[in-house]
Amino acid sequence: MSLFEQVTDKPWERKGVIGGLSPEGTFKTQAERVALIFFLIIASVVFSLFLVSYYIRMELPDWEPLSEPAQLWFNTGLLVASSILFQWARNIVVRNGKSNLYTSFFGAGIFAILFIIAQLVSWSYLQAGGFYLSSNPANAFYYLLTGLHALHLVGGLWFWSKSAIRLISGGEPKDIRLSIELCTIYWHFLLLVWIAVFAILSNT
Amino acid sequence: MTLAVVILVLVIGSVVFHFASPWWFTDIASDWGSIDFTINVTFWVTGFVFVACNLFLAYCVWKFRHKEGHKAKYEPENHKLEAGLSIFTTLGVVAMLAPGLFVWATFVTPPSDALEYEVLGTQWQWQFRYPGADGLLGTADTGFVSESNPFGINPEDPYGQDDVVVNDPQMHLAINQPVKALLRSNDVLHNYTVPQFRVKMDLVPGLVSYLWFDPTKEGTYDIMCQELCGIGHFVMRGSVTVQSQEEFDNWLASQPTFSETQRPAPPDLSAGQAQYATCAACHGANGEGNQALNAPKIAGQQPWYIERQLNHFKQGARGGAGDTNGSQMTAFASMLTTDEAVRNISAYIATFPDTPATTTIAGDIDNGFDIYDRNCAACHLDNGSGTWYTDAPKLSGMSDWYFVTQISNFRAGIRGNHPYDDYGEQMVQMATAMGDLEEINDVAAYINTLR
Amino acid sequence: MAYVPLADQDQEMEMHHPHTWVEKYVFSQDHKVIGVQYGGLAVFTGIIGLALSLLFRLQLGFPESVDFVDPNFYYQAVTMHGMIMVVYFLTALFLGGFGNYMIPLMLGARDMVFPFLNMMSVWTFFISVVILMSSFFVSGGPTGAGWTLYPPQTTMAGTPGHDAGIILMLVSLAVFVVAFTMGGLNYVVTILQYRCRGMTLMRMPLTIWGVFVATVLGLFAFPALLVACIMMMFDTLLGTSFFMPAVIEAGSPLDYEGGSPILFQHLFWFFGHPEVYIVALPAFGLVSDVLSVHARKNIFGYRMMVWAIIAIGGLSFIVWAHHMYVSGMNPYFGFFFATTTLIIAVPTALKVYNWIFTLWEGDIRLNAPMYFAIGFIFTFIHGGLTGLFLGNVVVDLPLSDTYFVVAHFHLVMGVSPILVLFAAIYHWFPKVSGRMFNEKLAKVHFWFTFLGAYSIFLPLHYLGFLGVPRRYYALGNTDFIPLSAQDLNSTVTVAALIVAASQILFFVNIIGSLKWGKKADPNPWGAASLEWQTPDTPPVHGNWGDKLPTVYRWAYDYSVPGAAEDYIPQTVPENEVITASDDNFETNKDPSPAAI
Repeated sequence: MSLFEQVTDKPWERKGVIGGLSPEGTFKTQAERVALIFFLIIASVVFSLFLVSYYIRMELPDWEPLSEPAQLWFNTGLLVASSILFQWARNIVVRNGKSNLYTSFFGAGIFAILFIIAQLVSWSYLQAGGFYLSSNPANAFYYLLTGLHALHLVGGLWFWSKSAIRLISGGEPKDIRLSIELCTIYWHFLLLVWIAVFAILSNT
Repeated sequence: MTLAVVILVLVIGSVVFHFASPWWFTDIASDWGSIDFTINVTFWVTGFVFVACNLFLAYCVWKFRHKEGHKAKYEPENHKLEAGLSIFTTLGVVAMLAPGLFVWATFVTPPSDALEYEVLGTQWQWQFRYPGADGLLGTADTGFVSESNPFGINPEDPYGQDDVVVNDPQMHLAINQPVKALLRSNDVLHNYTVPQFRVKMDLVPGLVSYLWFDPTKEGTYDIMCQELCGIGHFVMRGSVTVQSQEEFDNWLASQPTFSETQRPAPPDLSAGQAQYATCAACHGANGEGNQALNAPKIAGQQPWYIERQLNHFKQGARGGAGDTNGSQMTAFASMLTTDEAVRNISAYIATFPDTPATTTIAGDIDNGFDIYDRNCAACHLDNGSGTWYTDAPKLSGMSDWYFVTQISNFRAGIRGNHPYDDYGEQMVQMATAMGDLEEINDVAAYINTLR
Repeated sequence: MAYVPLADQDQEMEMHHPHTWVEKYVFSQDHKVIGVQYGGLAVFTGIIGLALSLLFRLQLGFPESVDFVDPNFYYQAVTMHGMIMVVYFLTALFLGGFGNYMIPLMLGARDMVFPFLNMMSVWTFFISVVILMSSFFVSGGPTGAGWTLYPPQTTMAGTPGHDAGIILMLVSLAVFVVAFTMGGLNYVVTILQYRCRGMTLMRMPLTIWGVFVATVLGLFAFPALLVACIMMMFDTLLGTSFFMPAVIEAGSPLDYEGGSPILFQHLFWFFGHPEVYIVALPAFGLVSDVLSVHARKNIFGYRMMVWAIIAIGGLSFIVWAHHMYVSGMNPYFGFFFATTTLIIAVPTALKVYNWIFTLWEGDIRLNAPMYFAIGFIFTFIHGGLTGLFLGNVVVDLPLSDTYFVVAHFHLVMGVSPILVLFAAIYHWFPKVSGRMFNEKLAKVHFWFTFLGAYSIFLPLHYLGFLGVPRRYYALGNTDFIPLSAQDLNSTVTVAALIVAASQILFFVNIIGSLKWGKKADPNPWGAASLEWQTPDTPPVHGNWGDKLPTVYRWAYDYSVPGAAEDYIPQTVPENEVITASDDNFETNKDPSPAAI
């Protein structure tokens, strides 16, 4: 039954077990995946609210646009690489394969860590150039948005490291399959968020 | 059973309370009768629904209470009934919303003949500005704010020079002249409310908001701040007097323009010195005060405060019934016949060396700190130096016995309630919030530690 | 690995059974223990919130004789009372407390889908409460900026608690949002994915629908609060100017420029308005179930009730600026927000009609929970209707920021949900504790609470009409406020004291009944929904013994024609319904003539 049919059902008319003997799950997928999707929606709400605030604040007269460091293009490359490697690792575990799993899985994590380091480097360049957090709202938003994004990535790396430990201590790929699948979705999501943030920052 | 009866009684009681209540809208003094009309429509619609729903509820509770052998009717839903009620409710909503939106459309578009004036909110005072002969208000910015320019009017702006500034919280309006109030704040959010005018709007730092109305009834009405603006929120009061065009014009002409306030004649210190000779007998040659003669220390006090208090004594706002020492001052202050004289003497007093007064009062300093820090420091500042911004005089290093006397006077209604004392009521309210003489002494003892 | 529905993993599911006392009662992963922990902690903060309200009510009622409340403390008490009641008491109690306890039981699950996360949630909530309470002990005390925390006032020297207090408040709120998100993900996923066999969406009790939609609202609305808190913290601690315009503090300019205080208000109310429904929707759900059970009648118009909950939830995201009609925002927004706000009245009114129609031709058992539920209908009608004044933009002009607002929102989201709360606590107490409460005492408690609360808030509306502003430490001298307003204030304070004191009856009843109450029947009210059909009372860890239940019908089969009993539990298949041995049997085949 579609969701619409489900909520327009007249529940008093039909008795018995509806839907055969299978228990009721609204979405035919793991609970963890549903939870992740909800979390991604929440994270999108957070980022969108920041971006809406960004646009509202931008309209006010004291705004001086910040020219983003060109290094961000390089950083973006790191994040893209990380995402691609994660997708590769996911494809391997879904096939229940093992070869190249280490390369792809650890590579993905390392590129993500490199991305965070590169972001910190770009911060220090800005600081050295006199673009402080409090000197202009554009700067403040830059630090805030990139920092928040990096923080989300750090959270992802925590789950990554848990799987990594499991993998190193002799875990089978199937044990971490769900974890890798979910991390992959999360990584792609963060890449999209980054691209959106980057696009908005550099176009305003 | 009881419950049904109680609900019935509550419905009747609410209706009776409504009609018997002496607490109701103030008599309207602007032409926003359309707002009152919308309120009445809302009242009739919601009142009907309130009575009908609750009577039906009471009836159901009474009629269908459990009885032996009775069984409830099985009825999952009734589409027709629900649809009918939806339509009925929608109609009620439209009946209230439609007039509301029309009136709001009037509110957001002030008429072109509305005269503009500015309301400035600061912690915790109202001030007002009227355009001069050019009919335009000059630009203003917090960056220009200073003691002599509390509005922050741009001194370079030619339109601002002839603006009439009203630095006390009492404004006037001409009757039947639509006005548009431009609202501005230099610190936090405030809200410009006159209940009799029905309209209100927040003052937001960084932007200019507005409201408009047409005063239709002569009288003096209270202005209240209705947006929480800090600890002094409840004492941020003012008044608006609606009067005939002629009276209004006279009043406006007697107020200084911005350029006049910017170029006051420099005070004549020697004239001040000459006049001070009379004062020296009690207050001392250097304004150090003399408790035996009930004369407080005045050296070091902020000049604007001395000036204001001298004027209060002159006008009888201080030194009235119950204030024997103050009434002595009335006689002396009246000797300063002109505003110049008052200004000269204040300027002269400001030249005295400020040596802290000797302490005469002991108390629990910790408790005094607690009270002072929580309630007094917001205006009189942490170091007790006071500031023109909040109209708060200096307390630290001044005569502590005088402090106790004055707080007691404020509490007793001896000082601060006079209509000319625009700033006194704030202190009346704050002083009555204090517990007893012991607490006042504690605060005095704490202030003695501030230097 | 193919997808295996959760409830089918029952056999292999590992329950984390507790081994020690600490695991059982402190760091428990059992949703029931967590629910009680959440509820207990919320009630504890609620008592503090109530005590604060009595302190400032004393000041308002008897300004001459009360001198232990100074202006500073008054504003702190008002602020903390508001924030505690809205966020830490009502939100936590309805979703953390009732949500946790009811969701798995009403859906036929063994526990929440992520029990460990659930435990983390309650302890994170605990931390946020500790941070909040610690602000009472720092220098300067808790923040007194009003519960709306409007900048630039919050962090400026004229506001009580502007240094440490406000920081602690912001941190505490941020931690609360984290706790809520952990819990909320759990509730949503459990409701979506973890229902037992036969429990379709439309067979869920309305309690679950209320909790579900409220949780979704919370998950999407609390981020706005988080964003606002983060940006305000940046402004305060790091000197940015997101919300802070150029301002003057006690005569000297502060180092801010150009920020927008109104932006904060938008963010705050984008959270703040859905927050009203985060509290109200679970209350709507709970009261629907209580009314239906005690009226021995199905909830009238179940589908409309579900749709109304969803509609209200959706609409609540596009009405937020009705809190800002006089905020100085672009006044043209007023047209849109007044319209959307008044539209919300339609589904809300339908819910009220349906509650009353549930009583119509019912067989009403006037038990204590039913008293509270009917009391709720009364106060909610009153509170809902006064909302139409404030929602209509021009009527809001004279009334906003007056006592009318205070009276309105206390009736609609204070008194009404709390009456539901008591209804629900009395209603489910036999299941939760295994004992009966004292019916007489509960009714006395009802009369004090219901009549007392109404006599507090009805008069306050009229102070609002008069134009008396809220958040005034003292009324002072005005021409338009008659002296009788002060008498009214004193009366209201006395009523508040009586209502507060009468809550002792509740605690005496609950605590006494836990120890000495009569052993309760597993299903004393004859309720059809699943949580009353557990094999043990109170339910043990795992809820359902060896086998998960199967559901054959909706949760409201009361007084079905032809059935011998006046209720049929959800777990009874059609062929096992005991029929009355008379000719009513025929109608059993067509149980809903009205639906045709």
